[in-house]
Formats: sequence, C-alpha cells, structure tokens
Amino acid sequence: MTEPGLMRIVGLIVARELRLAVRHWDQVVQPLIFFVVVTTLFPLAISPSLNELRNIAPGVVWVAAMLASLLALESLFRPDVEDGTIEQWALSGQPLSLLLLAKTVTHWLLAGLPLVIMAPIVGTALGMPMSVWPVLAGSLALGTGCLSILGGIGAALTVAVRRGSVLLALLVLPLEMPVLIFGARAVDLAMHGEAVAGPLNLLAAMLLLCLALGPFAMSAAMRISLE
Amino acid sequence: MGQNGVGKTSLLRCVAGLIEPESGEIDWHGAPVRKEREAFHRQLAYLGHVNALKPDLSALENLHYSVRLRRDVERHEMLEMLARLQVSQCADLPARALSAGQKRRVAIARVILSGASLWILDEPITNLDRGGIECVEACMATHLRAGGSILTAAHQSLLTQHARVRVLELQ
Repeated sequence: MTEPGLMRIVGLIVARELRLAVRHWDQVVQPLIFFVVVTTLFPLAISPSLNELRNIAPGVVWVAAMLASLLALESLFRPDVEDGTIEQWALSGQPLSLLLLAKTVTHWLLAGLPLVIMAPIVGTALGMPMSVWPVLAGSLALGTGCLSILGGIGAALTVAVRRGSVLLALLVLPLEMPVLIFGARAVDLAMHGEAVAGPLNLLAAMLLLCLALGPFAMSAAMRISLE
Repeated sequence: MGQNGVGKTSLLRCVAGLIEPESGEIDWHGAPVRKEREAFHRQLAYLGHVNALKPDLSALENLHYSVRLRRDVERHEMLEMLARLQVSQCADLPARALSAGQKRRVAIARVILSGASLWILDEPITNLDRGGIECVEACMATHLRAGGSILTAAHQSLLTQHARVRVLELQ
C-alpha cells in the first residue's frame, strides 16, 4: 500500500476546497461584496471630496479588509467539524497541522486574495494615487495571510462553542491589531511618498511567524475542540 | 453493547484517540498508542455517528478526497466497492441527494477502502435495511478472515456466526 507524500496531501486538500468553493460560490463572494460595499459607504457618509477621503483611505481599506476576513472565518472549519470531516482528518495518520494549514491557505486564496486584487480599485475610488497600488496590494497580501492564520487559530478554538462567532471576534480582533496598525501605516507612508520598507518588513516577519507556529496552534486547538 | 448513554461512543472515541483517557493506558500491539499516535492512526479506520460526507460532493468525490489521504486509490476500485455495498447507482450523485442508509453505505465503503487493519465502527448499521445489514456483516466477516480487527458499538448482535467475536456489555 503506497502512502501519499505530504505535498500530494496538500494538493488533495486544496483541490477539494476549491471544488467545494465552486459549488458554494455565493459564500465565497460574500466577504468581497462586504468589502466593496463598506468602502463605498464612506464617501456617502463623510464627504465626496477626494482630499478628505484620501486622508482616511488607508484606514478605511484596511479596517474593511480585516472585517471582511473575519466574516469569512465563521465558515472556515465549522461545516467540516459538524459533518465529521475534520474528525476523519485527525485520525488519518497525516499531520493535522499540515491539513489545517492547507485548508487555511485555500481559504486565503478564496477570501484574502480577492481583497488584494480588488483593493487598488477600491483605493482609487477613495482618492488613492496609482503609485500606492503596489504597497496597498503588497501590505494586504501579507496582512490578510496573517489574518487568515490568526483567524484559523481562533476558529479552531471556538468551533465547538455554540454561537461562537461573537467569541471568535473577541478572541481574534485583539490579536490582529498589530497587523492592522502596520498595514495601514505602510499605505499611509506610501501616500506621503516616504519609505515603506519598515512596516512591510514587519508584516512579512509576522506572516512568517504565523506560518511557522500557526499550524501547530490550530492543530492543538482543533484537537481540544474535537474532544 | 449497552444502553443509550452508557458510554459506548466515548469508549470508542477514547480508543481511537479523539478523547484522552482520564486514567489508564491504551495499547496497540503491546505499545502505548499515545507514543506512536500517527502510526496507530494509519492502521485505523473510524466510522462515527456522522458519516463525514460533504453534501455538495458526489459519493465518488467524497471517497476520493478521504481515501486518498491514506493511500492511492483508483476510480474502478471505488466503483467496485460502491457496487459491493449496492450503491453503485449513487456514485455520481451529490451526497445530499442520498438517503440516510445510502450515505451510511458510502461511509462504510470509505472504511473498507482505507486499507486499515483496525476498524472502529460506532453503530455501523444505523439506518440500514435488512439487505444493508447483511452486506455490512459480510464485509466485516471478510475483514476478520483477512486478519483484521473490528471494534464496534451496536444495539443488536452482529456477526453472531463468527467464532472470534467477543461481546462486552457496558453497564
């Protein structure tokens, strides 16, 4: 009996998640619609003046991205725990941390990457110059990666709690504050034409830390939730 | 065997490693399971109360994504197994369209295809009709004859003809 290698296992999980997403596309686009709608509301509520909007644009885009990623977290593990899939993963003889990381990476591809792609368009609507696009997209790519993994840990911890979504937000939002601060700061610095390497490097370091330790935390939290 | 709520499922989950025992040790082939958890899990197939089937995936896709976590499996193998459990007509239907008994049969197909030597089955014949129960019993007997082991919780006696079956009544 040949046992599959770890990369094939990751490929299998990613393929499974993508196939499920295609059949549940309504759930997949929900965070993206939320992101676009929230950022569109600000010019209506504050002022259509681009000068005023430009000042708040980095914060608005980043807060909306953070809340959109939080919105997507609720469905990260819950359906799979309820139907027994994750129980099977935990007993599959494969590292649960790797399986959950593969699932979280796919979740980022479906919930985080669309935000990264959409952000420059939304930013332009809020008066951001085109020169900021790379920093905005780069900071969001690094930041939403962190948010997905931090959120994954929270989701794994609260998945067994009924109505755990409030608890999930309370647990995850404080952990995500540094990501928000450095992400919005990078975009703000770029808009003023200053060097952005500092906050971007810190975001990249946070992402590496999350990638290195997050899967083990997710796996430990999930095993507690499965008991 | 035992009444509802006596702890059959908890015992099986404990043996499978989903719950830590409050006291005592679970051994497999003379070695404590907690030291070689992943190696033990590779030899184990678990069927719980829920069938672990995704409603939006077909029966075949469900088998593909779960069995391939453990070993390479060909499409014809999965089709043969579904035919053996008399659900080959459901192969390409989404799991949400299957009846409760058909879902159970697909879940049992997953257990058999996993190639594990120890099956832990929690009330495997739930929702099965008489034909289904006979079919599952035949699969279980084949597994035992091939040298495998089965630990199962049940409300009714299974494999009563088989000489090596031991019944533990929980109270």
